[in-house]
Amino acid sequence: MNAPLIWIGIPLILSPFLWLPRRANVTAFLGGIIALFLALLAWFLPIDTPLRISATLSFKLADSFEILGRQIIISPADQPLLTLIYGLAALWFFGSSAAGVARRLVPIGMSIIALLVASLSVQPFLYAALIIQTAILIAIPLLSPPEKKPGRGIIRFLIYQTLAMPFLLFSGWLMAGVESNPGDLELLTQAATLLALGFAFLLAVFPLYTWIPLLMEEASPYAVGFILWLLPSIAFFFALGFLDRYAWLREFDQLPDVLRSAGILMIVTGGIWAAFQRHLGRMMGYATVFNIGFSLLALSLFQDYQLSAFFLFIVPQSLALLIWSLSLSVLTLREGSLLFKSRQGDIYRYPIIVLGLIFAHFSTLGLPLLAGFPPILAAWGGVAEKTLLSAFWVAVGVASLLTGAVRTLAVMVMSPEKENWTLNGSWLQNILIGVGIFFILLFGLFPQLMSPLLTKLPFAFSYLGG
Amino acid sequence: MDFPLLSWGATIFLFALTLSLLLTRDWRWILALLAAQYIATFWLTQIHWTISMAAVKLVTGWMSATILGITRSALDPKFATTPDDNAWPQGRFFRILSAMLIFLLVASTAPSIPKLLPGIGLPEVTGSLILMTMGLLMLGLTTQPLRVVIGLLTLLAGFEILYAAVENATLVAALLAVINLGLALVGSYLLLAGTEETGGAT
Repeated sequence: MNAPLIWIGIPLILSPFLWLPRRANVTAFLGGIIALFLALLAWFLPIDTPLRISATLSFKLADSFEILGRQIIISPADQPLLTLIYGLAALWFFGSSAAGVARRLVPIGMSIIALLVASLSVQPFLYAALIIQTAILIAIPLLSPPEKKPGRGIIRFLIYQTLAMPFLLFSGWLMAGVESNPGDLELLTQAATLLALGFAFLLAVFPLYTWIPLLMEEASPYAVGFILWLLPSIAFFFALGFLDRYAWLREFDQLPDVLRSAGILMIVTGGIWAAFQRHLGRMMGYATVFNIGFSLLALSLFQDYQLSAFFLFIVPQSLALLIWSLSLSVLTLREGSLLFKSRQGDIYRYPIIVLGLIFAHFSTLGLPLLAGFPPILAAWGGVAEKTLLSAFWVAVGVASLLTGAVRTLAVMVMSPEKENWTLNGSWLQNILIGVGIFFILLFGLFPQLMSPLLTKLPFAFSYLGG
Repeated sequence: MDFPLLSWGATIFLFALTLSLLLTRDWRWILALLAAQYIATFWLTQIHWTISMAAVKLVTGWMSATILGITRSALDPKFATTPDDNAWPQGRFFRILSAMLIFLLVASTAPSIPKLLPGIGLPEVTGSLILMTMGLLMLGLTTQPLRVVIGLLTLLAGFEILYAAVENATLVAALLAVINLGLALVGSYLLLAGTEETGGAT
């Protein structure tokens, strides 16, 4: 038995079987339980350490698996990362039935997660670009339902994500050359440029994020939310792999400036576009752009704070995205349109669902006492220590997203005629969103609750982790 | 096996094929041209890879063309185009002019690449750049799923020629084959999506 078989093989094998249950609730429950089980295994089961079962029997989980002459290695240092990925995936799977996409999201999502875990574990790690591309292709049926003609968003998603792969593979090859010949400045510049282009496509860095708001209009908000949680997270871990492996890249003087500039551009443009949206889905799309911007900003601080600022963002951002997309999916399922003019006065009809939407929005922009506040404060403070101008632009982005949140709130409470309070939506939908709001508040009030996981996550990266 | 004359022949063949791909509107011709494109790709790849590994590209390419062909042939013509596709430049003169500009760009850039990638010849670089740039042009001119996927396959074929010169791992060949087939399947899925009343699994 080996670790890749458990965390890559089992979910890949099980994913087709998750199409079998006829009821969406069963699919969602099974997917959630499997992901939760894999998360718990990742937390408790030691890799590469003999476990004594009885006096004569012992068991050791090997860390590697060979395929076509290459290895897939899951080391003990990767276990907290696996716990995080499968733990958060379990939450997405449990919520998928309430969002009405369980029968597509759970089987496809399970195989995407398995492939993305494989991408983080393959050696040489450069091949990850190929596995990520495979996962992107599998994501297409999730984002474009069979009963609907594909729109421009899905086509752009496919094109932009596919374009990332050649750049990343070539940059990786050039980087190996830079490593053996560090004095060659021309080669170094070429490698860095190709790498930047590859990640710009993969992470949808400005101006390559046009597919996000388009997709938010075309597809189920929950399915898009799942992809917007998973793909950037894995792309960031992949980027950390590059940083961890190549010393010259870590010590590249311009790297923090480039990351900071890209992050600020994302925060400002994402925030400003969000402020002018009249469609709740597009608003969430731009908020995701804002999220990616903050992750880039936190990553730009790696020379001073290592990865602590970056990892601080993962749970709050994922939680807010989950609640936000679930709320939007419920509104889409029950009301159809997410346009402002159609959603006036919804707080009287869907109080908990609209509260979920508002809390997630405010948490994303870092309102005090909500889960997003501690990481945003940390990254913002770190940037302010470097340059005040950057901190000012971050403020512009945050204020713009706040404008979007206030506009959403105004639309939700504004009703053309007097309405009575009613609690619409199923019990499951209301309970899940209610629990989500509770956790947004809990992690805002007690951010230290995340520390057992957060302190172990950086060890997956031997140099960056400190 | 490296016969420079044949390699240059394959490169010129690729330019003619991609230009025809850009100008042709009949899907049968488009898929035949795509399949022919993989013969030249195979020839340029086998310079750096073994014949058997390069043959994987040929077979995968033909399989991709077949998958797309089978799907397209089963499709009702009224579903074949997207309504807003007429907004994109359609004129042949425009397309020929764009292709010529691309050819000039490739001709001026190609000689500098062999310095970056030691061991690679000018015909492979030229063929690869022609495929990549023409693929990008195709992507910029349409939103039709079939043409978009053909654009992506063309772009990837160009990349694979160049990458074959620097990487010859079996796993890479296998994964690239999976991606090519995956793109064809995604293309088929997108062609079929929304064409009939489906159950719509939720």
